[in-house]
Amino acid sequence: MIEIRWHSRAGQGAVTGAKSLGDIVATTGKEVQAFALYGSAKRGAALRAYNRIDDEPIITHEKFMYPDYVLVIDPALAMTDDITMNDKETTKYIITTHLDKESLIKEIPALQGKEDRVFVVDCIQISLDTIGRSIPNAPMLGAFVKVSGMFELDYFLENMKRVLAKFPQKIIDGNMQAITRAYNEVK
Amino acid sequence: MAEKFDLQEREVWDGNYAASQAMRQAKVDVMAAYPITPSTPIVENYGAYVANGYVDGEFVMVESEHAAMSACVGASAAGGRVATATSSQGFALMVEVLYQASGMRLPIVLNVVNRALASPLNVRGDHADMYLGRDSGWIQMDAFNSQEAYDLALCAFKIGENHSVRLPVMVHQDGFITSHTAQNVYPLTDEAAYNFVGEIDPVDDMLDFSRPVTYGAQTEEDWHFEHKAKQHKALMDSVPVIEDVFAEFEKVSGRKYKRVESYMMEDAEVAIVALGTTVETSRVAALRMREQGIKAGVVAPRVFRPFPFDEIRDALENVKSVAVLDRSSPGGAMGAFYNEVSAALYTTENRPLVTNYIYGLGGRDFAVKDAMDIFADQKANADAGHITTDIQQFSGLRGPKLGFFKTKRG
Repeated sequence: MIEIRWHSRAGQGAVTGAKSLGDIVATTGKEVQAFALYGSAKRGAALRAYNRIDDEPIITHEKFMYPDYVLVIDPALAMTDDITMNDKETTKYIITTHLDKESLIKEIPALQGKEDRVFVVDCIQISLDTIGRSIPNAPMLGAFVKVSGMFELDYFLENMKRVLAKFPQKIIDGNMQAITRAYNEVK
Repeated sequence: MAEKFDLQEREVWDGNYAASQAMRQAKVDVMAAYPITPSTPIVENYGAYVANGYVDGEFVMVESEHAAMSACVGASAAGGRVATATSSQGFALMVEVLYQASGMRLPIVLNVVNRALASPLNVRGDHADMYLGRDSGWIQMDAFNSQEAYDLALCAFKIGENHSVRLPVMVHQDGFITSHTAQNVYPLTDEAAYNFVGEIDPVDDMLDFSRPVTYGAQTEEDWHFEHKAKQHKALMDSVPVIEDVFAEFEKVSGRKYKRVESYMMEDAEVAIVALGTTVETSRVAALRMREQGIKAGVVAPRVFRPFPFDEIRDALENVKSVAVLDRSSPGGAMGAFYNEVSAALYTTENRPLVTNYIYGLGGRDFAVKDAMDIFADQKANADAGHITTDIQQFSGLRGPKLGFFKTKRG
């Protein structure tokens, strides 16, 4: 089973991101789960969203997990939230930041010693450039596709178009660009 | 004629979306609703299906849950296929009319997304609302995941509308844990779903002006008791219909439901009895206990009302120690579910040891580890031959350990 924890603020799209990811992973024949732990239900509040992916039906309903991936889509939460909670020797981190990796890790003692498992990408800037709004969920999906190696980029983009089908073409195009750019820029 | 809805063979739906799709496929005639978290998306989605032409039914906006259920009573008595959804405080406000609906023998379907009752205010899940409905005369079915919330909602119409049943049916799912968790769901096609549910054939519909009837007459001591006894008997006698509908559903879906679901019980020495998503989480725990050599199993009523007294006995009579888990504040007694399971087990030859765990109130996480600890308690009881803990304990509670009552029974 692969377990993913998203750190986000309400309004940044982590819940939608987790559900979109679940939707696309399911097309590969896997079983998925996507859920969120909302704090106080207001925009800007910190929240966590979760994915589980497995070959067998997923029957656990606990919120508790030892994540394989931690996806942080708000730059400040990387500093203020406990992003390394319940991590493993192999947990990979993808963090939204305008900093380079070394500068970021310098700021976050909990990530020190995990350099080879930390990846950075500026999802905020990418979403501003491509979608026109600060919606960092789509670029994070692109970065995840690259880091996890779970899909070919083209396969993911094709399926994402289906997930976004109800939106105007401009939004769909922006999301495609955002995913592609993050895929190429994550380090 | 309703628009065609594009469905995939495999969808990723949360429990709310799954339930709303079942409402669409069953071609509900009237949905009267006053939305409340966490069940809001069920009625919201149905409203969108109506507005976008995906269903020919009517959505009636009302001023409260009391009015919602009242409108459902009216529409059902008129002869329509009727459904709604609610949770928690909304459910509590509906209670008066729930008894009206069952007393009038109206086959309304109510999707209940279980949520704690205030105070303190809490939108998250526990079974306080579900328990509030347990004497209301409704059939109550319990989904453990999104797929089941969909499947059981379809079954609910077919059971309730059956002429030898004619009772309202609740389908329960856990607030947030099921209602807001997207999982793989394998829906039936619209055609298969509607063929399964079938067209409603109303009995004594008030729109049949050639044959006027009275609903909800006053009876007083002269006839009330006979009415209520008949209603109780109708609930008890709904068992074969429920079983037939489950068997028929298996034919169209490949998914098998039983009034009591048992997992790994063939050789089990210790067992957890639970409701909702906890059933599945406990199954994971039972597998891990088995890796440690402890023969653990899980038993769960799929149908909470009529209470499966016999099947609970059959499922549990050969185990040594049983934990019954109540996700509702017991309010000065043992958990209600514990009492019901214990009553069934008291009539068995073997009379296993039975203890009660209060857990998960207001959405407190129930982790696999919690279930493993409960299994470990049961193993200690089984080995000792008597209850080694307080009879009622709290699982997952912060602060000092809380428990009540002891026994020297061996």
